[in-house]
Order: sequence, then C-alpha cells, then structure tokens
Amino acid sequence: MSAIILFMAGIAAIAGWWLSQQRLAAKPWLEEGVLVDLREQSGSSPPTAKIGLGVFLAVVGSLFALFISAYSMRMTMVDWRALPVPALLWFNTGALVLSSVALQWAYTAARRDDIDGVILGLLSGGASAVTFLIGQLLAWRQLAGAGYFVASNPANSFFYLITAVHGLHLMGGLVALGRTTSKVWRSAEVIRVRLSVELCAIYWHFLLLVWLVLLGLLTGWTDGFVDICRQLLT
Amino acid sequence: MVDVPFDTVAGIPPAEVGEVDLYHPKSWWTRYVFSQDAKVIAIQYSITAMSIGMVALVLSWLMRLQLGFPGTFSFIDPNQYLQFITMHGMIMVIYLLTALFLGGFGNYLIPLMVGARDMVFPYVNMLSYWVYLLAVVVLVSTFFVPGGPPGAGWTLYPPQAILSGTPGQDWGIILMLASLILFIIGFTMGGLNYVVTVLQARTRGMTLMRLPLTVWGIFTATVMALLAFPALLVASVMLLLDRLLGTSFFMPTLVEMGQLTKYGGGSPILFQHLFWFFGHPEVYIVALPAFGIISDLISVHARKNIFGYRMMVWAIVAIGALSFVVWAHHMYVSGMHPYFGFFFATTTLIIAIPTAIKVYTWVLTLWRGDIHLTIPMLFALAFIVTFVNGGLTGLFLGNVVVDVPLSDTMFVVAHFHMVMGIAPIMAVFGGIYHWYPKITGRMLNEVLGRFHFWVSFLGAYAIFFPMHYLGLLGMPRRYHDIGETAFVPASAHDLNAFMSVAALIVGFAQLVFLFNLVWSLFKGKEAGGNPWGAASLEWQTPETPPGHGNWGKELPIVYRWAYDYSVPGAAGDFVPQNEPPAGLLAQGAGP
Repeated sequence: MSAIILFMAGIAAIAGWWLSQQRLAAKPWLEEGVLVDLREQSGSSPPTAKIGLGVFLAVVGSLFALFISAYSMRMTMVDWRALPVPALLWFNTGALVLSSVALQWAYTAARRDDIDGVILGLLSGGASAVTFLIGQLLAWRQLAGAGYFVASNPANSFFYLITAVHGLHLMGGLVALGRTTSKVWRSAEVIRVRLSVELCAIYWHFLLLVWLVLLGLLTGWTDGFVDICRQLLT
Repeated sequence: MVDVPFDTVAGIPPAEVGEVDLYHPKSWWTRYVFSQDAKVIAIQYSITAMSIGMVALVLSWLMRLQLGFPGTFSFIDPNQYLQFITMHGMIMVIYLLTALFLGGFGNYLIPLMVGARDMVFPYVNMLSYWVYLLAVVVLVSTFFVPGGPPGAGWTLYPPQAILSGTPGQDWGIILMLASLILFIIGFTMGGLNYVVTVLQARTRGMTLMRLPLTVWGIFTATVMALLAFPALLVASVMLLLDRLLGTSFFMPTLVEMGQLTKYGGGSPILFQHLFWFFGHPEVYIVALPAFGIISDLISVHARKNIFGYRMMVWAIVAIGALSFVVWAHHMYVSGMHPYFGFFFATTTLIIAIPTAIKVYTWVLTLWRGDIHLTIPMLFALAFIVTFVNGGLTGLFLGNVVVDVPLSDTMFVVAHFHMVMGIAPIMAVFGGIYHWYPKITGRMLNEVLGRFHFWVSFLGAYAIFFPMHYLGLLGMPRRYHDIGETAFVPASAHDLNAFMSVAALIVGFAQLVFLFNLVWSLFKGKEAGGNPWGAASLEWQTPETPPGHGNWGKELPIVYRWAYDYSVPGAAGDFVPQNEPPAGLLAQGAGP
C-alpha cells in the first residue's frame, strides 16, 4: 500500500498548504462585517471548472495509485511471471506524447486567438490519441497471439486491466475533446472556448504522466523503487 | 444597500445573477424528474435512500426473528440468513447512510448554507442521482436472479465470496459488484459538486471559518469519500475479473468440492487491504456529516453559540486525515506482522483525541444553555450518548490484545451498530425533524415525533446494549443457529428473544416516522420561514420552501458566523448571518 500512502501524503500536503492559507485560526465569534474574504485578497481565483478538474484528477490519481499498490503487492507472490513488453508500446507512448504536445499547442494558439491553430491542434491531438488507443489494442492482440492471455498469469491480468482503465479514461477525455472541437467549429470566438481547450490539455498531460508511470511499472524499470518503498513499510 | 466593491472580483459570485446564468426548467419533466436543481435532487436522493433502507430494515427483522426464535421460522434457511446479513450491511452503510448524508443532506444544505443559488455543475449533479438510482436498481435485482443476492457478508471477502457453496455466487455477486461500481461513479459526480461548490460558490463574506459545522462535516466527508471510494472500485473491479474471467488477483490455489480450481497464487489479504482502505474512512464518511449536523442542532436548540468552533473545525479535519491511516485495525486477525498491529492500534487510539474534543465541546455547548427539548434536540442528545457508548467500545476493539478474543463475536456487532448505525441514524432523524419545515414549509407532527424518538432510542438500546454481553460470552456473529453450545447459557437465548422483540418494535416506529413525513406534508402545522429561530443562512431565504435559485434577486451578504445566539445587547435572541452590524445600519445600510 506504499504507493497510495505516498499519494495520500501528497494530497494531504496540498490540502494542508491550502488550509494554512485559510485563516483557520480566526476567531469568527469576534469578527463582524464583510471585512474578511480571502478570495478577494488573492486577486483572481481559478475558474470553477478548472478547480473541478483538479479535484477530479485527484480522484483519478487515487484510483491509479491504488492499482499500483495492488500491483506491487501482488507481484511479490511466487507465481508472478513478468510478461515481455511489446515494442509497440514505445510507438504508442510516442503517439500519446505527440497528442499531449498538440493539445498544448492548441492551448497556446487559443491564447493568441489563433482559431486555425486551435482547430489544427485539437484535431491532431485527437487523431494521435486515437492512434494511441488503436496501438494499445494491437499490443493486446500481439500479447494474446503470443499466448499471454488475461487469466494465464497475474502479471498479464494486471497488464490488461491497467491499460484498459487508462484507455477508458482517455476515451472519456476524447468525448470532452470532441465537444470542445465542435464548440470551436461552431463559434468563431476563441475566447469562449479557451478554458475548454486548456482543461483538455491539462487532462491530457495528466494522462500522459500516468501512462509514463504505468509504463515504468509494467516494463519493470521502477522495480527498484518499488522495492525501496516496500522495505520502508515492512 | 451596502456599497461592497466585490462584484468585480473573480471567484466571488456577483450579487445579481443574470437570467442566463441560472439553469431554468422548461417542463414538468425537467422541473421534478430530470431536475438540475440541487433541492429536487436532494429529495430524490433521500426518497430513494429511505426506500432501499426500508428493505434493509425488513432484512434486519428477518435476521432478528431467526436469532430470537431459532427453528421457528422454517422459511429462513442458513443460506438466506447469510444473504440477509450481506444485503442489510451493504444497503445500510453505502446505499442508505452515504447516499442520504452526502446526496440528501449535502445537496439540500450546501448551496443554501453557503449562500449559493445551486451546485456549480448542476447537470453532472443530476447525472449523479440517476446513476445512483441505477446502482440501487441493479442492487435490488439481485433479489430476483437465480441464486439470489450474495451471502459472503458485507465485506465480500474472497475467496469465499466467489466460490460455489456461497449463496449468490452465481449472479448475485456479479450484480452486487456492478452495482458498487455504478454507485462509486455516481457518487464521484455528486462529490465533485459538493466540494467545488463549497470552494467556489460561497457568497460574499462567507469565509471558511464562518461556515456552519454541517457544511464542514459534509465537505470533509466528501473529500474523504472521493479519495477512499476508488479503493472499493479497484477491489470490486478486480474481484469481478476473478469471478468472470478467472484471473487470480485475490484467489489463492484451492480445492473446491474436491476439484482443484483454475485459480492460483492470489492474495485474499490484498483484497482486505483495498477493502478496508475504503472501509475505514467510510465510517467517518457517515460520522463527520453527523458530527456537523449535531453541532448545529445543539447550538440552535440550546440557544447558545457553539463552544470551541475552531476546535470543532480542526477536529473534523484531523479526524478526516487520521482515518486514512487506521484501516488495518479491521485486520488484526488476518495474520499480519505484530508491529503492524502495534502501529495501527496506536493510530486508532489517537483518533479518540479529536473525537473526544468534539464530545466535550458539545457538552460544553449544552452547559448552562437554554435547552429546548424539541424533537431535533432529543435526537441530538441521543446521538451524543450513543456515540460515546459506541466510541468507548471502540477503544476496547482498537487494542490488539482485546480485539483478538472479541473478533467475530456479537460484541463487534454491538460496537459498530452503536457507533455507525444508531448514532448516525439519530443525526439523520434529528436533521430531518430540524430541516423538514424549511423543505416543506410545515412542521412534522409533534406527538408522532416524540413517539418515534422514544421508541427508537430506547428500543435501539434494548437491542444493542445486551448484545455486548452476548459478545463477551463469546457468542459468534454470522451464525444462523447457535444450537446447544456449552458456553452459551439458556439466559442468553432469552436475551436474544428480548432483543428480537425490541427490534420488531423499533422497526414499527420507523413506519410511524414515514407516515409522519407524508401526513405532515399535507396536514402539518404551517412553519413559517424560521420556526426554530436559527441564525444560519438557509433559514433566511425569502421563500419557504426556497424557490428556484434560492435567494430571489440578490445573493445574501454574510456579516458574521452562524452561531450568534443569545448575544449580550442584541435585540433578539439570535442574529442572522446576513444581518449587517449595528455600525453599518447606522450609516443607512440595510439588508
């Protein structure tokens, strides 16, 4: 459970930092009037949708941290046989990186009010994300073709499960991306969709980060790190 | 109007909301069925949760009939008994309490108490309810599929949960896990709303330290639930794959009915870790909203400001954080490393400190207060007593050496029913009696209410207090029929019969409560806008029940905390949160 504990410690640190800004030592029974509003002092606070996305990412992060915890606990059992990582995963990773870069580009274009750039970025980002998903499916087929079925070893089961959960989250993202793209298409005003584009880009970067961590785990690169964490807790 | 230059500041809602910013229902369907108004969603959540809760109540009757009069009711066989246990626990903890506190109370109270017009993502909020309803429908469907509902206990421990021989192994467990997954998805949608609304949609002047404790409790519980429910999701998905695809996440090598199963090498303990990483925070997910509601009820009905408001807030946050590092105290008998047990016993006992702080501050709020023994107050007092009772037995069970012999006895059943069954339900009832006038504009019937309170409170004690003694005798839980057992004296059977009769009577009192809810809706006394003389914002709405958008044309401005009762020198015995200070009034400003 070390991964989830580390993740929770991170969340607790962020929550603690935020709470420390909220004047929790105030004595509300002595304070009357409209004088204290921290949101006023901080100038402008982020838009509500962005905060919503941030909270959602914390939930998704907790989900993946728990999968990683379960993975690192299960892999110590004697029947674990690591499976060969298909070379295709590297191509897929490239596609996901490209997707993330394209959306970042779309966001910078949105800040410049460059509507063509936004559309180009969104479309190419979506296309490379779809490429990634197709690549993942092909990787599944390769593994199944080589005899690595879902139930034949826990390492296989985890591989299929974790890539599937990640893929599902990306598919959810594609729905949001599709809505954003159609919004851009319909309204010529970039300023109205800037936030949507930004949220898509943030979500994509997050899923890329999660994927890189998962890739490290599935390829066994992070085994040493996992061992250290395990020893810390046992 | 006070000239407050805040309207230009981003992040603080402007005083006037343009027509376009507020969602407007266009037909009967979107007003009452597919509504995006948090108040309607709250009522939908509450009705659904109470309906499914009635199913769990009937299940508890059946269990008590079997325990009190073994051998008398031939229609309850051992398999069914296990199914009743499982469904009773699962429904009460997740589909009733979690949904009612967060989906019901959260949806109704958060926007009103923070001075918002609605939740920040109303569409997602609506989806949340419908996914929850779907989860409940899938759950209920387990009663009608071949093999019936699962019977592995509400913890669904593998390997037992999915092996043949366990009731409901066929369809029941699959649907149960699917229902849990749906519930978690639905809850996440709602939870995002509750958290972000508290963060972003507070009206001007409503700082965090001016929030009523109910909002603090619901807010913290929601944050915890958002982070803890994924553990149940992971456990459910993996167990589902073990059952459906034959993977071995949790399933060890074992022989079933003389045949070696296809499973091998999995770890049942891994499931326990995941389950309790959710399961323990879950206890506080239902306790923290109850803490908040009780704080508000006590302050209002004792006409006294809450004692130690800051301590209350800090304790809520501390309990929320600590509850994530105590999960393995549910696993003392799983064969874990003794140092683990030591660590988790320590963290468990540390939680007693902030919890005790809360109990002391409630008692000190009551101290020399002008206590009105209204029905909400009676329930609040009952909550404190019950919670202290259940909390003290928690100290027993938190210690490894005491827990090991008491594990899997009726003592544990008595403990958790006191602390997270009866106590939160007392808060739910207190909350309903308190806010019903705001929700409907009418008071609940007083006589029926007092009857409901006394029968429920004394009856619950009649059921669960003797149960501790049965546990100390060593009477095991989850047994269909204990039979002739040397260490169980005949008097224990008499006690069981007594408890069963009490359970039937308590269940009956809940029917009276439901009748009261419906009857008072039409015949109840007119309540007016603020029948209890409460200071918090939800009682200051221009209309009762609050209209669409809650606040009429302008959002309220908050000038003080929510607990200004019996203020020396003030005109009335309470000062509403949105009443300007005397200085501002003198300058010609008005609300």
